[in-house]
Amino acid sequence: MSQFLIRRLILLLPVIFGITFVTFALARILPGDPCYAILGEKATPEQCNAFREREGLNDPILVQFGRYLGDITRGNFGESLKDSRPVTQIMLERLPMTLEVTLGAMLFSTTFGILLGIISAVRRNTAVDVGTMLGANIGVSMPVFWLGLMLAYVFAIMLKETPFWIPPSGRLSSGLSIPPLAETYNLQNLSGLWGAIVTFASNTVTFNALITGNFEVLRDALWHLILPCVAVGTIPLSIIARMTRSSLLEVLGLDYIRTARAKGLIERAVIFKHAMRNAMLPIVTIIGLSFGGLLSGAVLTETVFALPGVGTQLVSAIFSRDYSVVQAFTVVIALIFVFVNLIVDLSYVFLDPRIRL
Amino acid sequence: MASSATSLQLEPLNTIVSRTPLQNALRRFVRHRSAQVGMAILGFLVFVAIFAPLLAPHDPIKPIRTVKRRSPPCIHLLGCPADQPQHFFGIDGNQRDLLSRIIFGSRLSLEIGVATVTFAIVIGTVLGAVSGYAGGWIDNIIMRLMDVLLAFPSLLLSIAIVAVLGPGLINALLAIAFVSIPVYARIIRASVLQVKEQDFVSASRALGSSPIGILISHVLPNAVTPLIVQATLGIASAILDAAALSFLGLGAAPPTPEWGLMLGEERNSVFNAPHLVFIPGIAIMLTVLGFNLIGDGLRDALDPRLVNVS
Repeated sequence: MSQFLIRRLILLLPVIFGITFVTFALARILPGDPCYAILGEKATPEQCNAFREREGLNDPILVQFGRYLGDITRGNFGESLKDSRPVTQIMLERLPMTLEVTLGAMLFSTTFGILLGIISAVRRNTAVDVGTMLGANIGVSMPVFWLGLMLAYVFAIMLKETPFWIPPSGRLSSGLSIPPLAETYNLQNLSGLWGAIVTFASNTVTFNALITGNFEVLRDALWHLILPCVAVGTIPLSIIARMTRSSLLEVLGLDYIRTARAKGLIERAVIFKHAMRNAMLPIVTIIGLSFGGLLSGAVLTETVFALPGVGTQLVSAIFSRDYSVVQAFTVVIALIFVFVNLIVDLSYVFLDPRIRL
Repeated sequence: MASSATSLQLEPLNTIVSRTPLQNALRRFVRHRSAQVGMAILGFLVFVAIFAPLLAPHDPIKPIRTVKRRSPPCIHLLGCPADQPQHFFGIDGNQRDLLSRIIFGSRLSLEIGVATVTFAIVIGTVLGAVSGYAGGWIDNIIMRLMDVLLAFPSLLLSIAIVAVLGPGLINALLAIAFVSIPVYARIIRASVLQVKEQDFVSASRALGSSPIGILISHVLPNAVTPLIVQATLGIASAILDAAALSFLGLGAAPPTPEWGLMLGEERNSVFNAPHLVFIPGIAIMLTVLGFNLIGDGLRDALDPRLVNVS
């Protein structure tokens, strides 16, 4: 296992290198002089020279890239030009929200996607199957942000004053807040990596509320997460449902399933104990691949639900030409995507003992 | 046995139908249920796009001074008072007829889908062909670069590219096209590798065909099946991604009648004028659905592996 893991991690290095290179190269092909783009049109040549010297823009491109790689490995993503504070700090504030939505949406889409896929496969060519697959086709064709807006309209306006009302925006109801973990556990002195981890954990409101036992905040935060997660999760749900159905149908046609039925197993055991185990591999692959869509979806939906995550920050950074923020967020999200797919690869081993390490 | 032999003799010869594989595929496609629905949607859309100036009751850009901003749809048949002007989809935030904007938007959506995918296929074909023919380190560099592009969540990479190029419809389309190049490059490369060493290609080369000639007459026909399927599904996702970028304000600029932009502009009026959000979304969804259904149908019709199954 450890050997396989090491081999996989080594294979990952060129990809990670490539990701950082692409984002680095993107920043270098900014149209026009970066100096004027950043300092403004009115910058004098002297100011520009000073700026280049300070930012190391006069060095050879490879030296600049090397420095950039070194900075990233130390968790230094440069400074936001607009907010003039470290990008890492902004990331620690924003990323938890996006990951909460992404993971919530993933939970939603896998649970219901697999369930619907199984039902469709088992009741093949019935009204349930046709309906589910029709729904799945419509699901993959919907714009995420539109679904978000429609859900907000239905649950916040049409169902107003019913028990089904769900808040359409924000992270917590007004008046509610949760103290940072550093304050709760007297960890203010922590800095560096541990400090960053504590800040990250404490900004993950659901996690913070859960471990400090603040169930009022937890309930409220989860309540606010419902609509974004459903909106973001619908497209992957449709994809997962379709994949589950076709994968399960393929397996159900095999001889060993007939044997399992012939020896008198109840249908539920045939499906869950025998068929699903073999059908799971492509499903898990597609779950890993749709994680990228989930991350992009979360970024898009945040603007709809006014959530303080990566997406809202990214869009405002683009308009203020705050490129270090755009660059950092792109790298980090791509890395998260790559690592999720690594986990998917590793999970094959547990799903299929025939895959040797 | 004897009776079947006699019946064979009795049957006129011309009832034996012989079909080429292409005709077979076409038959399967035309009979495919979801392909039929997809073709109907696409046909309607193309019709609307072509005759947009004739179908649209108003100008898509110019405001109508006499109507109230964001007024809901008014359809006489459904009980809207006859003395009020008829607007099937209502009025948007700038006093424009939403129906006219949706109609003109269909042109833009089709253009966006076809343009980005064409661009991506052309570049992808060049890269894939070079990669497959050259082999060695050139192949390695190109394909690893493609792998890296695939390692990004695609919409996010488009957003980053637009951040560099600056917001705007053309830049958004370039970004979306760029991000989808790897898929096509891989298809073409696989096809080149498959064909490259075969005898008929060597013969063709010995007869003096240029690499480009071989690409056109041998490689592309071999790759056309996966390419068509991928392109159709690619158009669907390009339309979705372009709408997303426009929604964020990174794509088309006002007053362009782009569906994603229309949604983005009116997102805050979802609570008091929901039709302004609902209708453009439905338009995007139907268009994307149409292409997705056709893509599914094409895959089922063209994939030789599925022929024996069905």
